[in-house]
Amino acid sequence: MTGTSSGASDNDGLPQRGHRDGARAVAPLAVAVAGFGVSFGVLARSAGMGVLAPIVMSATTFAGSAQFAAAAILGAGGGVAAAVTAAVLLNARYAPIGVSVAPWLSGSRWSRFLRAQLVVDETWAVAAEGEGRFNPKVLVGAGLILYIAWVVGTVLGSAFGRFLGDPAKLGLDAAFPALFLALLVPQVRTRLDRSAAVLGAAIALTLIPFTPPGVPIVAAGAACLLGLAGGARHGPRRGRDDGGPEPGAVR
Amino acid sequence: MRAAWVVVALVGFATVAIKALGPVLLGGRPLPARFAGVVALLAPALLAALVAINTVGSGQRLIIDARLLGVAAAAIALWLRAPVLIVVVLAAVVTGAARAATGW
Repeated sequence: MTGTSSGASDNDGLPQRGHRDGARAVAPLAVAVAGFGVSFGVLARSAGMGVLAPIVMSATTFAGSAQFAAAAILGAGGGVAAAVTAAVLLNARYAPIGVSVAPWLSGSRWSRFLRAQLVVDETWAVAAEGEGRFNPKVLVGAGLILYIAWVVGTVLGSAFGRFLGDPAKLGLDAAFPALFLALLVPQVRTRLDRSAAVLGAAIALTLIPFTPPGVPIVAAGAACLLGLAGGARHGPRRGRDDGGPEPGAVR
Repeated sequence: MRAAWVVVALVGFATVAIKALGPVLLGGRPLPARFAGVVALLAPALLAALVAINTVGSGQRLIIDARLLGVAAAAIALWLRAPVLIVVVLAAVVTGAARAATGW
């Protein structure tokens, strides 16, 4: 399933990564994620959401920025519609992200549905193997670790938050851009990759002051339309006939 | 309290649906070649945007603060080919220290 078919020879030397590699790849972030789970629990509780609702939200939504936004708006008296709209905008990026991982998630509809829920920025990024390939095992291994960290952090914050510190004081907020930067480096191999990265960052920075949070990241995704100009630079990406299980055979 | 549960339910359903959309409808099948060329660039475009937003973004404002120092340290560490764990921890330590020292 790694798609190392005839055309994409530059990855053939890499050992196949599994669940454990995914878990290991996000381990440095698990502490930061748990820390922000704690602060989400504290914020949501002080926003009047009670003890249980923030925990249920982390367990069912699993998307940090959207949860923070929804809780903050509720706390500021912004109302249900504003809170839901902000959260949906912030999560809109998971539509194109979901499309990008879809070809690599085979198996039954339910299994695809469940594994899709483990997609967050960090798990998607560590599962990326370049040229549009994604490793579903890495995604699941990383997703389970971060899911546990997020939910446990929320429980701690919601129940005992008053006694715990602010993760920003420890600089944990900088751990996220640092990880994204580390994951970006191997993703930029060609001039087209570089152009997409520069354009994506430029779009996001330009829009931040003018649009609600969530819009800049979705708009930045439009930089991938540069791929229309790139044509078939990567060779036969279509032929994933690498001897793995036939996609869709289980369905 | 009731508003909180309504938000939890609506945001939960919306997020689950958004995340499931691609994998449930298109799962396990290769994308058409032309589309695949576009999606291949989604990772560099979105990762670069995530770096930018999480380094200098704060809601609807652009802010230069201690995070920028942490990410700069991370960039130098990456350039020196440090492992990801070191890069991430270094960014947090530099940012935390700068924040403690300057109050940024």
